[in-house]
Amino acid sequence: MASTPLLEFKNVNTYYGDLHVLKDVDYTIGEGEIVSLLGGNACGKSTTMKTIMGVVRAEKGTVTYQGQEINGLATSERVRRGIAPVLEARRLFARMSVFENLEMGAYTQPRGGQFDDDIARVYELFPRVKERRNQQAGTLSGGEQQMVAIGRALMARPKLICMDEPSMGLSPLFVELVFDTIQTINRQGVSIFMVEQNANMALSIAHRGYVLQSGAVVLSGTAAELRSNEMIKQAYLGEMEAPVA
Amino acid sequence: MTAGDILLQQAINGLSLGAMYSLLALGFTLVYGIMELINFAHFNVFMVGSMIAMLVLQAFGLSGQQTILTGLPLIGVLLVGFIVSMVGCGLIGVLIERFLLRPLRNVKGPAAMITTIGVSYILFNLVLLTLGTDSKNFPNPLPPIKWEIGGAVLRLREVLIWVIALALMGGLTYFVTYTKLGKAMRATAQDPEAARMMGVEVDRVVMSAFFLGSALAGASGMIFGLYYNLAKVDIGFAAGLRAFTAAVLGGIGNVPGAMLGGVLIGLIESGSGQVIGAAWTDVVIFGILVLVLVFRPAGLLGRLAPNKS
Repeated sequence: MASTPLLEFKNVNTYYGDLHVLKDVDYTIGEGEIVSLLGGNACGKSTTMKTIMGVVRAEKGTVTYQGQEINGLATSERVRRGIAPVLEARRLFARMSVFENLEMGAYTQPRGGQFDDDIARVYELFPRVKERRNQQAGTLSGGEQQMVAIGRALMARPKLICMDEPSMGLSPLFVELVFDTIQTINRQGVSIFMVEQNANMALSIAHRGYVLQSGAVVLSGTAAELRSNEMIKQAYLGEMEAPVA
Repeated sequence: MTAGDILLQQAINGLSLGAMYSLLALGFTLVYGIMELINFAHFNVFMVGSMIAMLVLQAFGLSGQQTILTGLPLIGVLLVGFIVSMVGCGLIGVLIERFLLRPLRNVKGPAAMITTIGVSYILFNLVLLTLGTDSKNFPNPLPPIKWEIGGAVLRLREVLIWVIALALMGGLTYFVTYTKLGKAMRATAQDPEAARMMGVEVDRVVMSAFFLGSALAGASGMIFGLYYNLAKVDIGFAAGLRAFTAAVLGGIGNVPGAMLGGVLIGLIESGSGQVIGAAWTDVVIFGILVLVLVFRPAGLLGRLAPNKS
């Protein structure tokens, strides 16, 4: 693992008005890692995502990317530097075509030969997306939309993809496919930071993980450590699935 | 004149009014689509556009309808008039957004909308103070060419208005459909947060919407002058409300909807003026606004607001 982590949170605190959401949170995501963030509803997982993307600001503490502090960096600049999101519930532009959605993913990238290479790569990864390229994104099934959402993130030539609940609302078959794809993308050198309710699946592909409770990290470790932790077993890995939002 | 001729004549008149309303409605729809804000300043940006166009034409030494130009001088004068009023209004729109609305961007509730009403009054009073309240003779250098179709008359000015309106609407459609910034505008209208996380600079998109919408209001103001041969400080209200009705009728936030709504409102205005009298025009138009809001609030081409998270 590289000595400088790709992304690092140090004592990060965020607020929505008076509401203190993230409390002295530390995360480290190394180059080439898949890191999973576990936790119940309203524990600060989505806020973590928004803080990485710069939609929510870290008011105390520092967010560092590639060794540089990025607290004050605009979202567009973060995307340009290689942080791309796969948003919760996919959030495709429903009334734009699949192709246009992919174009939006490449918004910060120069248009040219590189764009054609990138789109060919997405089509290769997801032949189904190629078939659907001229369809309005809103007419696709949930699984197909998730493929487009991942493809859209890849169009930004990311070094880090932040995924918010990539398995939410998908059939088991698509969940399997999505997690396989995440591993494929990761093997091509992209780091993944993933918020996921499906702890079993998440820990099966992640290298490391964090557990967030009421805005604070209560547990962290390698995926194997977390899987054998009693608290995790009871709270997230038991027969009772965590409720789906 | 036969009934058919009258119908044709009113269709010609209605299409000209409709061209003007369509351009003006697009400004409401572009801004609403992106920030869900009804921009009442638009009424008087349109009026200022009409005044700018008048001043430009006067600067060319034209006054009233006496000076007739043909050929290249005519095209040149009209082109300069349209460009200056459009760019002028576009810049006014940008200034309004940058300095008066952007500070309110994250304020919930109707603060921004009320601000646009205030800005509308400021523009109104600035023109009132500098140019006065009287009705001004808007210079019209068009040669009095006309064609008779049965008993109906088609004048050069109507053809010109249609050509310009179609060109501007075609240009806008191309921009929104094919350019990078146009696509960013559509994406932002659908999901501002997701667009932002694609790297779209939302400030730039909002500013573009204000510039384009206000520039179209400038063109619409010049068309108003050429059509009615007058400019007056209080023209913004009636025309603006009709254009707003057009935008709602077509489905506010929807670009083709604003164009369709504008043409329909123009045709309804000329048709109802013919059938039940011009005094009832407002009753008919705003009656339609009420009916649309009650029975089809999303408008003819609009969709109900998507779920926002």
